[in-house]
Amino acid sequence: MYDDGQVRPPYAGLEAWTNTMPAELRHLKQAEAEALFRRIGITFAVYGEGGDPDRLIPFDMFPRVFTGAEWARLERGIKQRARALNAFLVDVYGRGEIVRAGRIPAHLVYRNDAYEKAVVGFTPPRGVYSHIVGIDLVRTGPDQFYVLEDNCRTPSGVSYMLENREIMMRMFPGLFRENPIQPVDRYPELLRRTLASVAPMKCDRDPTVAILTPGHFNSAYYEHSFLADLMGVELVEGQDLFVEGEFVWMRTTEGPKKVDVIYRRIDDAFLDPLCFRPDSTLGVPGLMDVYRSGGVTIASAPGAGVADDKAVYTYVPEMVRFYLGEEPILENVPTWQCSRADELKYVLENLHDLVVKEVHGSGGYGMLVGPCSTKQQIAAFRAKIEENPGNYIAQPTLALSTCPTFVEQGIAPRHVDLRPYCLMGERIELVPGGLTRVALTEGSLVVNSSQGGGVKDTWVLAE
Amino acid sequence: MILTVTHRTLYRYDAPVRGVVQSHRLTPAAFEGQQPRDWRVTVSGSVIGGGFRDGAGDWVQAHTVQGPVSEIEVLVEGVIETVDTAGVLRGHKEVVAPPVYLRKTAPTRPDGALRALAQKAVAGAEDPLDQAHRLMAGVADAIAYRPGQTDAGTTAAEALALGAGVCQDHAHALIACACSLGLPARYVSGYLMVGEGDGPNEAAHAWAEIWIEGLSAWVGFDAANRCCPNAQYIRLGSGFDAQDAAPIRGTARGTGEENLDVTVAIAAVQQ
Repeated sequence: MYDDGQVRPPYAGLEAWTNTMPAELRHLKQAEAEALFRRIGITFAVYGEGGDPDRLIPFDMFPRVFTGAEWARLERGIKQRARALNAFLVDVYGRGEIVRAGRIPAHLVYRNDAYEKAVVGFTPPRGVYSHIVGIDLVRTGPDQFYVLEDNCRTPSGVSYMLENREIMMRMFPGLFRENPIQPVDRYPELLRRTLASVAPMKCDRDPTVAILTPGHFNSAYYEHSFLADLMGVELVEGQDLFVEGEFVWMRTTEGPKKVDVIYRRIDDAFLDPLCFRPDSTLGVPGLMDVYRSGGVTIASAPGAGVADDKAVYTYVPEMVRFYLGEEPILENVPTWQCSRADELKYVLENLHDLVVKEVHGSGGYGMLVGPCSTKQQIAAFRAKIEENPGNYIAQPTLALSTCPTFVEQGIAPRHVDLRPYCLMGERIELVPGGLTRVALTEGSLVVNSSQGGGVKDTWVLAE
Repeated sequence: MILTVTHRTLYRYDAPVRGVVQSHRLTPAAFEGQQPRDWRVTVSGSVIGGGFRDGAGDWVQAHTVQGPVSEIEVLVEGVIETVDTAGVLRGHKEVVAPPVYLRKTAPTRPDGALRALAQKAVAGAEDPLDQAHRLMAGVADAIAYRPGQTDAGTTAAEALALGAGVCQDHAHALIACACSLGLPARYVSGYLMVGEGDGPNEAAHAWAEIWIEGLSAWVGFDAANRCCPNAQYIRLGSGFDAQDAAPIRGTARGTGEENLDVTVAIAAVQQ
């Protein structure tokens, strides 16, 4: 918020707000926010940690703010990256020009576990594999943003973007009168339009969209039902769908109804027991044949995961240059591949300075943050890396930007990241905002909600 | 050679099922080694689903049957002209990059014994094609053709430890050995016209293909018969392993126990 002791312009409107808010009122408001989140039912279950599965994700009332100009540049960078990632996916499941041109090693693509042989040779409607691209960003300087990772499959968290805003508006309506905050509530409608715009070849009418969820035991189930509600589409489980002839049908009280676009929130491996894991009961038998023969669209497309693999990540700037002929606007964090002997050596010698991640990991699990770890933790992690170097990449710890955050003593800086949700269909769309995650522990760099992170409202001001 | 095929699969359910969904790779592709003349797949009581040519060049056809139903017959009847190309797959349109087939699946994951077998077999080989031939011989020597010892879930490593198996086990073992040496390899399902003699008698057959970079081609190797596919072979489709390349994949909605009855007859037409 501050720059050389001066309040940075975007935060000017918030200074008076915090200065005039007594601590009692703040505590009251915080309790009110929690009660609202509870009542809505938005909770977050953490895998593998035990405890309360309906734990609330901590909400920090202090918003994060971008100016219109800052956002304009970010928006160009995000859309550029989303276009490049989709071009890459169409290419590697088609002719593989980027591999032939030697711009990315063949083994990283073709021997990748996320590369689906079952969709080779198929181009989905409008050439889009990843319809919702969640790009995790951190800021390290006024105009410097680094991409931590891309999420091309089914990035979660957008419900928090919408709910955080809703709750802030309810609790502090004055702030929204005084500050020119751009709205984010168009997101569900844009998502519905995006999904409808990628209707399959054989669809000859207004497409029916459905969200496929693994069910209410899934940690993101709230989001699945929330989005279905806001979009006005059906929320279905695998058992609600079946394949008959050339199409997928949904059981309804008025009889079977054809489904044209499935926004799936289950992994590729579970989509269709005839094509992928035969023991899956979450999917729909025969779905992939319908998909490949143009009877239904699956969003994100099966196989999209090969673009957000952490080893492939290194090559995204190359994709931007190769497919778009542009220079990347967003920067990549320098990344060492432990699969390479020389880079592995460097990583093992500098573990105390680095962040080490599993190539296929997500959610902040299985990672080491060197500067925040004990000698024992580092030694234990070193053994894991040595056992299977190819499974790890390492990155420097960045000087992440901080954002004012309410803490017990008042306001203090805490590290934040940002996940905007870029939509790709007939058009490419980005609502002005995203999910800001905050590391609530002082000095911590891990913002994952599974690791004690919280969330904030994210404002983009109109110019 | 002109071959006729009659392949009948009868599914019987001891209690009627509510519906059946199947995905077939039962239609042979055309390439230098084979030209289908007349080919028909019928499924009793089915609605024809979507069909498409996949990245590996195979025609995939879906069928659904609405229940209640307690018996389904899948009948393949065809006439195909075949030519001996010494196992080399030429003129077959496909787009999957060969390195994709270096992926290991549960039945093709090489263990120490398979790796050792591969290393020993190729000692002194001059080039990848020579290596592939020696691997085939090595697998044939190590795994005797003996039906009834293994089942559909047996892995290559288990078959080698047992020293016995059928064509599926030979193919899995050959794929595991080839991949362990960095040679892309895959599973092929098809038919074999069994001639006179005492060789393996499996009309519904399977073998392996190994990618030979120097030829820029996939070459078939049938370890069960110690030969490369010739004009007696009909190629249906490929995959990582037996399950991935299965000619029929299907599932029934319902609790009825499934019983299978398969008959395959391949004959040469006298000219």
